[in-house]
Amino acid sequence: MKRGVSSKTAQILCGAGFTLSKLKKASVEDLVEAGITSANAKSILKKIGTPIETSEEKVSQKIIDSKEGVSQKIIDSRLGELHLPPSIIDALQHDLKTIKLTETQLDEILKMTVDAYEKAKVEPCEAVGTVAAQSIGEPGTQMTMRTFHYAGVAEISITLGLPRLIEILDARKVPSTPMMTIRLKDEIKGDRDAVRKLAWEIEATSLLDLGDLSIDLAEMQIIIELNEKTLSQRSITSKDIAQRTRDKIDVDVRLDGLKLIIHPEQPSYRELLQLVEKLRSTALKGIEGIKRIVIRKEDEEYVLYTEGSALRKILHCDGIDPTRVKTNNINEIADVLGIEAARNSVISEAMDTLREQGLEVDVRHIMLAADMMTCGGELKQIGRHGIAGEKASVLSRAAFEVTVNHLLDAAIHGEVDELSGVTENVIVGQPIRLGTGDVELVYRGG
Amino acid sequence: MASTKRIKKIKFGLLSPQEIRKMGVTKIITADTYDDDGYPIEMGLMDPRLGVIDPGLRCRTCAGRPGECPGHFGRIELVAPVVHVGFAKLIRKILRATCRKCGRLLLEESVKKSYLDQIKLLNKLGQPYDEIVKNVFKDAIKANSCPYCEEAQMDIKFEQPTSYVEDGHKLMPADIRDRFERIPDEDIEVFGMDPKNARPEWMILRVLPVPPVTTRPSITLESGQRSEDDLTHKLVDIIRINQRFQENREAGAPQLIIEDLWELLQYHVTTFLDNEVSGVPPARHRSGRPLKSLSQRLKGKEGRFRGSLSGKRVNFSARTVISPDPNLSISEIGIPIQIAKELTIPVNVNSRNLEECKKCVLGGPNNYPGANYVKRLDGRRVKVIDENKAELAELLAPGCKIDRQLKDGDLVLFNRQPSLHRMSIMAHKVKVMPYQTFRINPAVCPPYNADFDGDEMNLHVLQTEEARAEAQILMKVEENLLSPRFGGPIIGGIHDHISGMFLLTRGNVTFDKYNAIELQKKLDSIALPDPAGYESGKPYWTGKQIFSQLLPSGLNLTYKSKMCDNCEVCLKEECKKDAYVVIKDGNLLCGTVDEIGIGAFAGKILDRIIKEYGSVEARKFLDNVTRLSIRMITRIGFSFGIDDEDIPGDAQEQIYDIILNAEDRVKRLIEAYEAGDLDPLPGRTIDETVELKIMQELGKARNQAGDIAGYHLGVDNSAVVMAISGARGSMLNLTQMAACVGQQSVRGERIQRGYMGRTLPHFYKGDLGADAHGFVKSSYKNGLSPIEFFFHAMGGREGLVDTAVRTSQSGYLQRRLINALQDLEVKYDGTVRETRGQIVQFVYGDDGVDPSKSDYGKSVNVRRIIQNVTGEALGG
Repeated sequence: MKRGVSSKTAQILCGAGFTLSKLKKASVEDLVEAGITSANAKSILKKIGTPIETSEEKVSQKIIDSKEGVSQKIIDSRLGELHLPPSIIDALQHDLKTIKLTETQLDEILKMTVDAYEKAKVEPCEAVGTVAAQSIGEPGTQMTMRTFHYAGVAEISITLGLPRLIEILDARKVPSTPMMTIRLKDEIKGDRDAVRKLAWEIEATSLLDLGDLSIDLAEMQIIIELNEKTLSQRSITSKDIAQRTRDKIDVDVRLDGLKLIIHPEQPSYRELLQLVEKLRSTALKGIEGIKRIVIRKEDEEYVLYTEGSALRKILHCDGIDPTRVKTNNINEIADVLGIEAARNSVISEAMDTLREQGLEVDVRHIMLAADMMTCGGELKQIGRHGIAGEKASVLSRAAFEVTVNHLLDAAIHGEVDELSGVTENVIVGQPIRLGTGDVELVYRGG
Repeated sequence: MASTKRIKKIKFGLLSPQEIRKMGVTKIITADTYDDDGYPIEMGLMDPRLGVIDPGLRCRTCAGRPGECPGHFGRIELVAPVVHVGFAKLIRKILRATCRKCGRLLLEESVKKSYLDQIKLLNKLGQPYDEIVKNVFKDAIKANSCPYCEEAQMDIKFEQPTSYVEDGHKLMPADIRDRFERIPDEDIEVFGMDPKNARPEWMILRVLPVPPVTTRPSITLESGQRSEDDLTHKLVDIIRINQRFQENREAGAPQLIIEDLWELLQYHVTTFLDNEVSGVPPARHRSGRPLKSLSQRLKGKEGRFRGSLSGKRVNFSARTVISPDPNLSISEIGIPIQIAKELTIPVNVNSRNLEECKKCVLGGPNNYPGANYVKRLDGRRVKVIDENKAELAELLAPGCKIDRQLKDGDLVLFNRQPSLHRMSIMAHKVKVMPYQTFRINPAVCPPYNADFDGDEMNLHVLQTEEARAEAQILMKVEENLLSPRFGGPIIGGIHDHISGMFLLTRGNVTFDKYNAIELQKKLDSIALPDPAGYESGKPYWTGKQIFSQLLPSGLNLTYKSKMCDNCEVCLKEECKKDAYVVIKDGNLLCGTVDEIGIGAFAGKILDRIIKEYGSVEARKFLDNVTRLSIRMITRIGFSFGIDDEDIPGDAQEQIYDIILNAEDRVKRLIEAYEAGDLDPLPGRTIDETVELKIMQELGKARNQAGDIAGYHLGVDNSAVVMAISGARGSMLNLTQMAACVGQQSVRGERIQRGYMGRTLPHFYKGDLGADAHGFVKSSYKNGLSPIEFFFHAMGGREGLVDTAVRTSQSGYLQRRLINALQDLEVKYDGTVRETRGQIVQFVYGDDGVDPSKSDYGKSVNVRRIIQNVTGEALGG
């Protein structure tokens, strides 16, 4: 009978005539009637194995029904008729559930919601681009320049603040501090040893990580004394190492116990130094580009944070959960997952950067900037080599940067400026076709 | 009054020699400008047919006076053709891609056709085709012989900046021209060029257009000497060489001399067009200053495009220092009377405003309110002076126009640079005042980012009815209370407004009838609710009640104020710190109003009032709140001085102990580090670990010192009031003043730079201790030791450099962002498109909601609606 239920509640239950089989069929209400708090009741049912979600829904259903309110069904069907964005529908669904309502009240709420939504919609002709640019640019003056350590993992430092924001909007090919967050499949995410093994697997390991290097100038050779402990940690044998070194660098490698002796092709001092450099940079094991891995425990799950980024290769690794892998290299995301993913990544990276600085900026502004950067199907920079350089208007481009070249090119190509944008019209001195300048409706008096 | 005429489009192209000859009104042959009498010489560089700049003369082409005549081009016939520098690279590419004999593109017919089709397609779609043209050149250069005439092709070397060598022989521009003339139209199109508007041979100049005199005016110095423009100087050079060239050629000079002269002519034409070409020594003025060429006039921030066309100087504007005036409404601006007399608004006189206008004109320019100009019925504009004002007023009739001086209630635009967002320019109502500064309510400082330490601001007077209407509806301060950046208030109480409100509403401050009314004296309406109670027979009112008088009825709001400690179990109404704010039906029942209530950026009460009661109500609320709190703070006499930082001796002792303890622990850490007993943190070296641990230890010490200081200063200390109400400063600032300044840092770590192994010669090499790396034990009040002072200055300097770098970087980012996004607009179908009509978003922001109308980014506050309908508060 007990099954982890405190003896006091057990007594109450017994008193109310519950047996285990009866209890299995019981709902929260039944238990509450028996004199148990609802929170307790829930936990009891959980332990027994009654699916708690359904019973919870029953609760709200019951409250509404019992107080003669509108049923969930009606609410759902009403909500389905509305033309509102999903975020509002979700909020309505969530909040209406918790409260009892009469039909008139429901009608009123829905009407007011629709009215409020209509009122909050953008007006046509609104110059949303300028507002977005200002909203992103203005907080820039309040941001710090310094790169700080990442809030979550003190071990990996990443670029933050204004330099990071500039980096994102510049669509740099490689960020100055590439980083990945890798979450793992359910099977191993709680197992510390398995996670560590996977980390060793992923982390790029060069020969120099495995032993101590010394250069023997007399014999013109490189001697590496492998560290036995590290070898067993990374589950690699000395034979493997020798073979892999041969494959990857194509040099003469001799194995002498735990000693690795490497000869350069030609016995020259320069060759020797170059070889050392090569050994340092070639990954014998793991994924090239992943320089360091830090393992952290985050609510019952181990997460890998990496310095360096190699999304495509990581996605092919066993044991990782491909749906929960993150990198801060936006161009890589565009390559591997496509432009829509890159757009989302621009938005989330920019939002995170701003939020970390304690600056509040509406997502819609960043969405617009991200959409502008990605709407051509490839990541375009905000600036001369991207959006600004590909504008239709000659005058607008000339007024931005490299004035003379744009004018000369325009002459060669016989370009035509249609004077539809902002700068062009300012330059020729006529009203701009945006906002109030875009209304062609004329009031005929009389 | 917007004209319906519009420039529809502008076409760019190269000028052909024929066109230059046609547009040039005269040939220029003499290198001289003015004759001895000071008149322009005909066929000289200042020919009167090119336009006039001297007053009194008329243009011989269009008969316009200076200012009316736009100027006309002349021309110089060059004896031998020269290359246009701007196209030098393109000329090389075309030379290499075309046959040296028949002039055709070195590509097979079919390949050519496929390229042409691609270019035409992209052109039709309005997309750039640079890539394809690049490939055309790349392909064509590969050919060794012409596919049409089978002529063997030779490699052409390009020597910076303008010479071409083919197989050891120099190609003269005349030869290049001949070759280019042979290229058929069809092949030109494959280069991405438009044969009608830009034939390649036009890139070689045979006729040089001479810019009008108006673009290169000469200035007369005080001595009566004329000083010519840089361009004129350059043109003089060109004409001289041109003449010499001709003379030499006619005299049959040897080829070597001819070539030299040709090169010289090329040099002068090059530096006339662009004086910054690499590989060409810049042409210099007699004084040694490099001359300003045509392309330099266009380039850069002060160039024609960015300096004169995208941004212009304007009339009807004023600039002066700003200062605060809490008695003004936030939508008002105080304008010095001198400025009001100078700035005018044009008024059309009609039968209904005739009398008013007459009065203005009678006032003249000096007796405010007056008028400065009258446009009479015959169309002449007459300046009003004291002598003629009576006469002008007499003649005033409907149909006249007067320029009336600014008066109270006019709408003007007010701006502070840098104009980072749209709230940097807002419309205010004029209030003419004595003295010399613009006056604004301090509550509008946040959007302008202004303070009163000498800031200057600009004012612009609207000149048309349309402009005033737009400003009234879109730009008024009331309309900009909410920032489109995050959908919250950006205008709100600052500094003393918050301290005042805090002191008024915290706990149970009570006032007798006299004082309660006295407090409300500056408000729109004075009213008292039922007294909160009686003390010895006399009624009294609480500060909360007086504040409630400002709240609109029906306002319900509950939130936690800034003081809230986020206790695990919230006592709600019973909060000991009075941090739980409850407003019911426009009455403040409990809680303290502080930054989170009425502050700019944060103010929750403000936010609700704007969103539920509209901008006018919100403006009134803000006006009243600012006045009430200023009155409250004046009544109390709120001040802060050096003795407010005094802390008792035993507290000082405690602080010393804490710091000594911390130093001790640091010492032990260092010992452990040196003995090798320290375990490194994961992923860190041992050196980094010890640094981190020391920093942690010292940071902790400073915090503890701060806590002690804070405890001893007490909640009634002015600085503490300001810090906890959010008015200004923080507890950290206070700690630094009263207890301990703490660790100074450069680049986010302790100070490491200086001498080898140590920061200053006062320390041993390798000393890792707190003192040796910039820990400041003293407080600002006690004063810093010289060493501490030095470290403090290091940290301070880093901050200054950081700010300087940041402003330039973020300024450039902003410029790029604006340039990239400025053309985006929401169309009537709800899509966001750029100028070409390309769709960027199908629905703006995925839900079509305007952030400035949203509730902190949420499109609709569902919870509030439910609350309002059911009258029940939802949890969470």
